[in-house]
Amino acid sequence: MNLPFLVIFTSLKILVILVVFLTVIAYTVLLERKVLGFIQLRYGPNRVGPWGLLQPLADLLKLLFKEDFTPPGVNKVLFTMAPIITATTAFLPFAVIPFSQTMLPEYFHFYGFKIDLTQAGLNLGVIADINVGLLYVFAMGSLAVYGAVLGGWASNNKYSLLGGLRLSAQMVSYELALGLSIIGVLMLAGSLSLVKIVEAQQHMWFVVYQPLGFILFLTAAFAECARTPFDLIECENELVAGYQTEYSSMKFALFMLGEYCHIIVASALATTLFLGGWQGPFLPPIVWFVLKTFVLVFFFIWVRGTFPRFRFDQLMYLGWKVLLPLALLNILVTGVVMLVLG
Amino acid sequence: MQQLFFLALAAIALISGVLVVFQTHPLRSALWLIVNFFAVAGLYLLAHAEFIAAIQIIVYAGAIMVLFLFVIMLLNLRRPEEAPPGYRLGQKLAAVALAALSAVVLVYGFFQAQIPLAKETTVSVGNTESIAQSLFTNYLLPFEVTSVLLLVAIVGAVILSKSKLK
Repeated sequence: MNLPFLVIFTSLKILVILVVFLTVIAYTVLLERKVLGFIQLRYGPNRVGPWGLLQPLADLLKLLFKEDFTPPGVNKVLFTMAPIITATTAFLPFAVIPFSQTMLPEYFHFYGFKIDLTQAGLNLGVIADINVGLLYVFAMGSLAVYGAVLGGWASNNKYSLLGGLRLSAQMVSYELALGLSIIGVLMLAGSLSLVKIVEAQQHMWFVVYQPLGFILFLTAAFAECARTPFDLIECENELVAGYQTEYSSMKFALFMLGEYCHIIVASALATTLFLGGWQGPFLPPIVWFVLKTFVLVFFFIWVRGTFPRFRFDQLMYLGWKVLLPLALLNILVTGVVMLVLG
Repeated sequence: MQQLFFLALAAIALISGVLVVFQTHPLRSALWLIVNFFAVAGLYLLAHAEFIAAIQIIVYAGAIMVLFLFVIMLLNLRRPEEAPPGYRLGQKLAAVALAALSAVVLVYGFFQAQIPLAKETTVSVGNTESIAQSLFTNYLLPFEVTSVLLLVAIVGAVILSKSKLK
């Protein structure tokens, strides 16, 4: 097996997953609008195609053909880089999340050549099973903040800047709680590789052993995604639209893409860490993974339709004085129980 | 192949490091420092230190630099100011002398250092376990002392911020 073959096949695999992922993101936006409509007793989008199913396509065309306006007084390089950083760091975590046990057969015949796909794990249902997979996800998550912060600063607008500053304070506060909430899972699985964590949940989902960890993880994930009730960075009654106020056209679309990408990645990660990933009876693994992730994405939307926004001091209080001590307590209890039960 | 990656990453690290020093705006310096951290993380990866590389990104590029940017954005939104009037020749000489001294110490240290890289890092085991092993056995005391030091620093920072309020 040679290097060009590996490069071509890995690129193809990444391309297929990326296209599927982008489509899913587009339809998550539609799902959100539909579900919010249902919650608020209205129809939601229903003009374009049957049940509004072609709405994402129409939105995409609209965003593409809008004027890409760069206001005077902005820092052009950073202004352009910011949405790219947001979208890229939002996509990258998906490289290590296992969505199925295997995706392709171990080998196939191509014009008489037997092509072996087990090389470099091409047949597995994950792009890259690296041994610090979870840390990689967190590294990308911690970089995501730069998109909004730099976008807010480069816009040369006080509302944008305030949005960016709020986000940096919020991310630094909630990253700690997010990181500590999964230590219990790591202790149970004994590995940082997401594939191994899923395999360790063969008999029982970790949410059963780590109910507190699961709740803490979800709460912190909401804050990391900057979703309602923690969406203070784009809180429209104070900050116009926060860090994305000055953005239009595809640059704005990239920020939107990043936001929904974060929701899906957070749901997929919660599925992998706490809900057994692709494991489940009867149905094929990929169906289980999609089903569990879908339930969590629905939960994200449900919360947006239900909860009011926090005040900023309440947000900080919750992060430092509630989530952080609870996460430490969770680690302590997990450790003691593991020690007692051996 | 590995040599090529090493040279590219080392070049990025050096160039971005120089750019950090020569920028006039502190925000640009901070951004080049982030680039520098990435290059160094890449070098760690080449040395099969995946755990250190990931921590480098999470802690330095992801958390500390966000706080740096936060402070720079809060304090310095205007153009950078001119050098203060008391900027004398003596200061310049002292700076050059100290830089030369530290360069000598560093280079001397590098020539003395022996790093058994290839022996300790086996790809299959994963180095998270081996780092934990050495941290909690051989280096337990320095590890705990460091944590106490950090705690003292946190308490100090809280007291400083509280006394300002009064």
